[in-house]
Amino acid sequence: MQNISASTRNRDLVMLGIFTAVVLTAPLWGGLIGAGYPDLLQKFAIFGLFAVGYNILFGLTGYLSFGHAAFLGIGSYTTVWSFKLLSMNALPAVMFSVIMAGLFSLVIGFLSLRRTGIYFSILTLAFAQMSYNLAYSVLTPITNGETGLRVLNDDPRVIDNALGIQIEGSPLGTLFGMELTGWNGFYFCAVMLILGFWLSIKIFRSPFGLKLVAIKSNQTRMSYTGFNTQPYLLSAFVISGMYAGLAGSLMAIVDPLAGAERMQWTASGEVVLMTILGGLGTLIGPILGAATIKYFENIFSAINEQVLQNAFSFLPDWLNSFFVFITNPFVGEGWHLTLGALFMLVVIFLPGGLMQGVSHLSRMIKGKGSADADKGDA
Amino acid sequence: MSNILDISNVNKTFGGLHALSDINLKVEEGTIHAIIGPNGAGKSTLLNCCIGRLIPDTGTVTFNGHNMVGMNPYDINHAGMVRVFQTPEIFADLTLHQNVMIPALSKRDGTFKFNPFADIRAEKDIQEQARQVLEDIGLGPLADHHAGNISRGDKRRLELAMGLIQHPKLLLLDEPTAGMARHDTNKTIELLQKIKERGMTKIIIEHDMHVVFSLADRISVLAQGRIIATGSPEEIKVDPRVKEAYLGEETEE
Repeated sequence: MQNISASTRNRDLVMLGIFTAVVLTAPLWGGLIGAGYPDLLQKFAIFGLFAVGYNILFGLTGYLSFGHAAFLGIGSYTTVWSFKLLSMNALPAVMFSVIMAGLFSLVIGFLSLRRTGIYFSILTLAFAQMSYNLAYSVLTPITNGETGLRVLNDDPRVIDNALGIQIEGSPLGTLFGMELTGWNGFYFCAVMLILGFWLSIKIFRSPFGLKLVAIKSNQTRMSYTGFNTQPYLLSAFVISGMYAGLAGSLMAIVDPLAGAERMQWTASGEVVLMTILGGLGTLIGPILGAATIKYFENIFSAINEQVLQNAFSFLPDWLNSFFVFITNPFVGEGWHLTLGALFMLVVIFLPGGLMQGVSHLSRMIKGKGSADADKGDA
Repeated sequence: MSNILDISNVNKTFGGLHALSDINLKVEEGTIHAIIGPNGAGKSTLLNCCIGRLIPDTGTVTFNGHNMVGMNPYDINHAGMVRVFQTPEIFADLTLHQNVMIPALSKRDGTFKFNPFADIRAEKDIQEQARQVLEDIGLGPLADHHAGNISRGDKRRLELAMGLIQHPKLLLLDEPTAGMARHDTNKTIELLQKIKERGMTKIIIEHDMHVVFSLADRISVLAQGRIIATGSPEEIKVDPRVKEAYLGEETEE
């Protein structure tokens, strides 16, 4: 017994170690798959974090929220305001964003969790669209409406001014003077992702996490077993909202700008896709899903008709134009068609997401290996 | 001995159907009280009124000196009245071991505890308790199986284990042996007798007369929403009203 639990705990440490190594060396191996530049890797980390948090709600409790982009947007706006009013330092910005997203998710979660199932989903969607419309038009003095909120040179920045920090050129998020763009920006996001992943492992392995899974399995039974499920669900909702706020904050840190479109329901839908695509309720799945979607988005949306014509140029003219005609709707602006097809394939053939594929593969490899490996695993 | 449960004047109607009429029932502490009656007599409705799944139209359910009517199911659970369900209400996605750990955690943590930094694998007490209860009930070898994959009889026993691990003051058993093979039924009777010695009060709803007469100290007979007789097994066996309403039909088979 003791040995088993000790060894699974070690396995978590090994997983966290490998994860940390993979994330921090991403600039090295990213080049091999054509992802070796900071903008894309930042996106991997930021959306990975968003999905890891979302998975704590959706993956553990089974409550499908369609409104988490609202917290993403709130995180971004808070960060830009922290940049404008206080300091270009990223740490207070991150802190305020997480707190603010936490407060909003407390209110929205409290109200939405009065209902379950589809009604819960619709309520979160309604709240998120309200937030979007507020940000887009009603609250223009705070959000700067459709232009988006940006940091200006003549913003007050009370703390920076008190410390005598002057800004030349366009203001950028910093960490005690180090500008958080490019690779620095990526490493800042990467550290946050690793911390977020660590916290997610902790939650998964805690009695709290086990109770969340039990709620997903049979909520009625939980209440006859002596649990008030409401505060459990609300905690999970707020935690995932805070992750979203952190992700939104990071977006605004690496690119000091916040716009209302970040809160639109399509953005909420995207994180649902990421989580399911990667593997709902698994630890690494959501990050894998986020990276996969952002990776393919990057590849397919960059392709245009010209690129296709070149790609098929070895074919005779009429075949060339035929293939270009067929494939053109799937690339560029239309890359969501590709995403849809990919998503359908995964859901149909790997209902457990990409992680199911990974475990199939590892079992196949182990099966070919010695039988001792299986014994060791059991 | 004092009465641990005192149900008085409970009525419950569904539309025009009078499911429970003027139910008065006292359960003495430390006894096994069986409730028998034909299908549709209102036995499960009565249990649901006790644990807060249904709210009776009138009357009180006094448990351990407190009226439970209108209380939340989870508060009733912590007051010490725990129900074992007839159709297994288990956590199908969890292992048997985890299924039993959940009620043990409830007993320890109360209705809500936020402890995301604790490690479930370091909770030796809870882990050990859960293993022990599964061992006692004969599900030890299945501890690490998923509860959704075990047989129906095993699910019933898992249900029982989930109730027992909370050491309730009063355990409500809704047909604990229904759907079990004779061998398993006997094992369950044996187990329930063993727990009886520990002084846990139980209400047991049962169709199987073999189970009722080998376990119960007192029996109440429910028919068409009314309690028509309450007494010792010997009294009930010879009661003419009971024979007419229930046992008569049974013996003809």
